[in-house]
Amino acid sequence: MSVILEARGLTAFYGDFQALFGIDVTVERGEVIALIGSNGAGKSTFLKALAGLLPAPAEQIIYKGEAVGGAAAARIVGAGIALVPEGRRLFASLSVEENLLLGAYSARPGRWTLDTVYALFPILKERRHHLATALSGGQQQMVALGRALMSNPDLLMCDELSLGLAPVVVREIYAALPSIVAGGMSAIIVEQDVQLARRVSKRFYCFQEGRVSLAGASAEVSDEAIALAYFGAMS
Amino acid sequence: MSSIVNILLQGVLLGALYALFAMGQSLVFGVMRLTNTAHGDFIVLLVFVLFVLTNLAHMPLWAAVPMLIGIAFCAGYALQYTVLNRVSGRDPLPSLVVTFGLSIVIQNVLQEVFSADPRALATGGFESMSISLPGGIALGLLPILTLAVTVAATLGLQWLFGRTPLGRVFRATSDDREIVQLMGVSPRRTFALAMGIAFVLIALAATLYAMRTAVSPSDGPALLLYAFEAVIIGGMGSFWGTFLGGIALGVAQQIGFYIDPGWGIWLGHVLFLALLTIRPQGLLPKTA
Repeated sequence: MSVILEARGLTAFYGDFQALFGIDVTVERGEVIALIGSNGAGKSTFLKALAGLLPAPAEQIIYKGEAVGGAAAARIVGAGIALVPEGRRLFASLSVEENLLLGAYSARPGRWTLDTVYALFPILKERRHHLATALSGGQQQMVALGRALMSNPDLLMCDELSLGLAPVVVREIYAALPSIVAGGMSAIIVEQDVQLARRVSKRFYCFQEGRVSLAGASAEVSDEAIALAYFGAMS
Repeated sequence: MSSIVNILLQGVLLGALYALFAMGQSLVFGVMRLTNTAHGDFIVLLVFVLFVLTNLAHMPLWAAVPMLIGIAFCAGYALQYTVLNRVSGRDPLPSLVVTFGLSIVIQNVLQEVFSADPRALATGGFESMSISLPGGIALGLLPILTLAVTVAATLGLQWLFGRTPLGRVFRATSDDREIVQLMGVSPRRTFALAMGIAFVLIALAATLYAMRTAVSPSDGPALLLYAFEAVIIGGMGSFWGTFLGGIALGVAQQIGFYIDPGWGIWLGHVLFLALLTIRPQGLLPKTA
């Protein structure tokens, strides 16, 4: 297996505030990894830096052998990294179908088209002419996921797909993940629900206060070790 | 009876010009939330460019107008890309200050170069031609042409925004300029394109305005006021709203002129203030 993305000591700042302190993460081709950690641990910041929404030194993000840190977000998606942003962030004045079509703006060829997204989430086809924001939370998340897929990424990044959704809806959305990555796509899944995150991923990284506190194979590391990495040492 | 019909018709025709003044402003506000206080001065500036093309370069009008439109598009694109993008942030104040400054610069440069004299565009008598309707009503051909251009511009913008991939990008960029980058869209280029199109509308307005009346370098702020009023009366960011806003303003002014020649402009402002009090969201708030 070859490495598709590598973060090497990635640092990120919001103004003067440092949010990431040297993150090392590796993703291989066709691999799903999970990022877990409490609120404010830096998971979303990490994804934003990878997507080009936050400045980063070029050599701290290596994608397909190329240093891409700090490149414009519009260029990153063209290179094949797509982000499903936290809180979905659908375009409110666009219909479901228009949201999906905008996802295809970078015109990368691949298996994901309107037809294949509708086949994955049939409910979206029924509601394609509705305003995206008129849909239920779960359906909106499907639109956000479909919009990211429409760019035919090689690396899909999902930031808290389960945010604000009922457990049954979360299960429905995650049920689609295996068929999405079946074509060899890599994925980074950020998830609050640790058990869910471990179930869908091969490896995981636990973030704590802007650093990686634990990394390992999702099926092997003990719950105790994760709890310790998640909350920090109990005093 | 026929005088009421006449007032309404003349009001609609006058209002069409105001609506055309406002269309570019509405577009720019809709896409990038930019309040362009130099809008009126851009109209005047393009009038003088057209004047240079026809009177100094001796181009015929049919050749000068397409050239003006081309120049306008490039100028608008470049202005947004190099200057206004730096101030098109969430905070409205920097862009207000910069466009206010541009307004002063344009007025003074035009006065320096062309003096303060009003200039008129020669149209071979087209501006005074009219058709007669029963009841002694005469409709000018130039105002009718203006109305046709304004309706075409409104339809065109509505189609562009509602039905085309570019319109989708405009609306999405207006919704969320951060997330749209994740789709591969560059907001800087999108904004520049929007300003380029706004300048094409300004060029059309400038042409029809210069054919109608003599224009002097300091006329910009008054035109800006009409454009603002039309946009706000109509409801921000909706093109048919802006169209209706311009028409409402024109009709109100025409009624004022009928009552007393000194009342026209004033009654337009009264309508604007009244609407701002009763229906601050405008006649047609954003639908598309």
